[in-house]
Amino acid sequence: MAALRSSSRLFTAARPVFRTQLRAFASVSDTHSTSSPVPPSQTSTVKEPAADPDAKIKTFHIYRWNPDTPSEKPRMQSYTLDLKKTGPMMLDALIRIKNEVDPTLTFRRSCREGICGSCAMNIDGVNTLACLCRIPTDTTKESKIYPLPHTYVVKDVVPDLTQFYKQYKSIKPYLQHSAPAPNGKEYLQSKEERKKLDGLYECILCACCSTSCPSYWWNSEEYLGPAVLLQSYRWIADSRDEKKEERKAALDNSMSLYRCHTILNCSRTCPKGLNPGLAIAEIKKEMAF
Amino acid sequence: MLAQRATQQSLRRLVASRPTLASQMVSRKFAAPMAVMGSSLTYRPVATQNLTPKDSYEILVAQRKNRPTSPHLTIYKPQVPWILSGLNRITGEILSGAVYIFGSAYLIAPLMGWHLDSASMAAAFASWPVLAKIGTKLFFAFPFTFHTINGLRHLSWDLGRTFKNATVIKTGWTVVGLSTASALALALLV
Repeated sequence: MAALRSSSRLFTAARPVFRTQLRAFASVSDTHSTSSPVPPSQTSTVKEPAADPDAKIKTFHIYRWNPDTPSEKPRMQSYTLDLKKTGPMMLDALIRIKNEVDPTLTFRRSCREGICGSCAMNIDGVNTLACLCRIPTDTTKESKIYPLPHTYVVKDVVPDLTQFYKQYKSIKPYLQHSAPAPNGKEYLQSKEERKKLDGLYECILCACCSTSCPSYWWNSEEYLGPAVLLQSYRWIADSRDEKKEERKAALDNSMSLYRCHTILNCSRTCPKGLNPGLAIAEIKKEMAF
Repeated sequence: MLAQRATQQSLRRLVASRPTLASQMVSRKFAAPMAVMGSSLTYRPVATQNLTPKDSYEILVAQRKNRPTSPHLTIYKPQVPWILSGLNRITGEILSGAVYIFGSAYLIAPLMGWHLDSASMAAAFASWPVLAKIGTKLFFAFPFTFHTINGLRHLSWDLGRTFKNATVIKTGWTVVGLSTASALALALLV
């Protein structure tokens, strides 16, 4: 230790000498300014890596908003990716941006195969699942990604779906049956009765349809929206459910069901190819006749 | 195998009895790679905090107050379903608005001294330039034809039919074509 200390003192003694020398090197004297400076590109022996001539560079504009800085307005941030190095789907692009470009980008994703409904967002103006949406290979067109329309934004493209889930809960999405099953095991239904549930049970509640509906944009407090109404019809149409009349009575007011004006954005946008518009029409028919 | 497990156990015990030592060991182990990677490795200190459900709910409520609404009408892609639906509403408003305005004007016309009877209105209209005549006719003819023909689509939907996406688009463009043609016919020929 003592030896160390003495050597450090030695250095402190020498330091002023070094400092003046360094200063002499670093200072820019006026006498040299007249000589023409050579750009580093001509003096450097190391070449910049050439841009890949085959690269397919696509620009993505993504909606950004950070809850930690709430006074800042939401903005669009641009990212460029080489499509040759990116997977085919929008979700691949988002994951690649998050992994390699900007780790602060926030979005929901889980199954990457269109069964969980987490990655629902507005891509190029249409609500869809990022994992089922191919990146348009036309690189001259720039893609825009927004959160689901007219939702409260939690962060970036993550929407607040609390109201949506509350509405889903309100329609009692479960089999209501008072007596135990006749055979002691399960409630049976015929093949024809089961067939009525096709096109309804496949819904994954991604909220793409509800948030594409202008009527739901303006009345989401009271109108249930296509997704929840499709689910409601799934239980009304179920032959095993005993509370059909109660379910219909719960919808029998001016807001819950009848804010549907058959705009049909819901059926157009459904990433699972279902038809919520038709399901709502079937409920209206059941109520009318 | 047994020796390894014994070592592991004793290490764990040591960690449990002297947590500061454990943290030193960890930092020593990771100090070297961090030094090598330098500035490319970002270090984020993470601290957790115990919250009661009530406190966390209050934080949520405070955050919800700041949440912006995501863009909607301005960013949604113009598509047949919602554009025509909007047009249906606008044309309906023009038609019913015209009826209401003209009806109430007709009601108060005697009091105000206006001449809104058919003969005087027809005479006044006849004196307009041709373009103004055709324009005014179109302004009322298109809402009328569009709203009427599009109403047929709505009747069909109310019966639970023609709900397929392709059909909706096809019938939509058909309505646009038919209503434009018939509106032009009404404006130019009648």
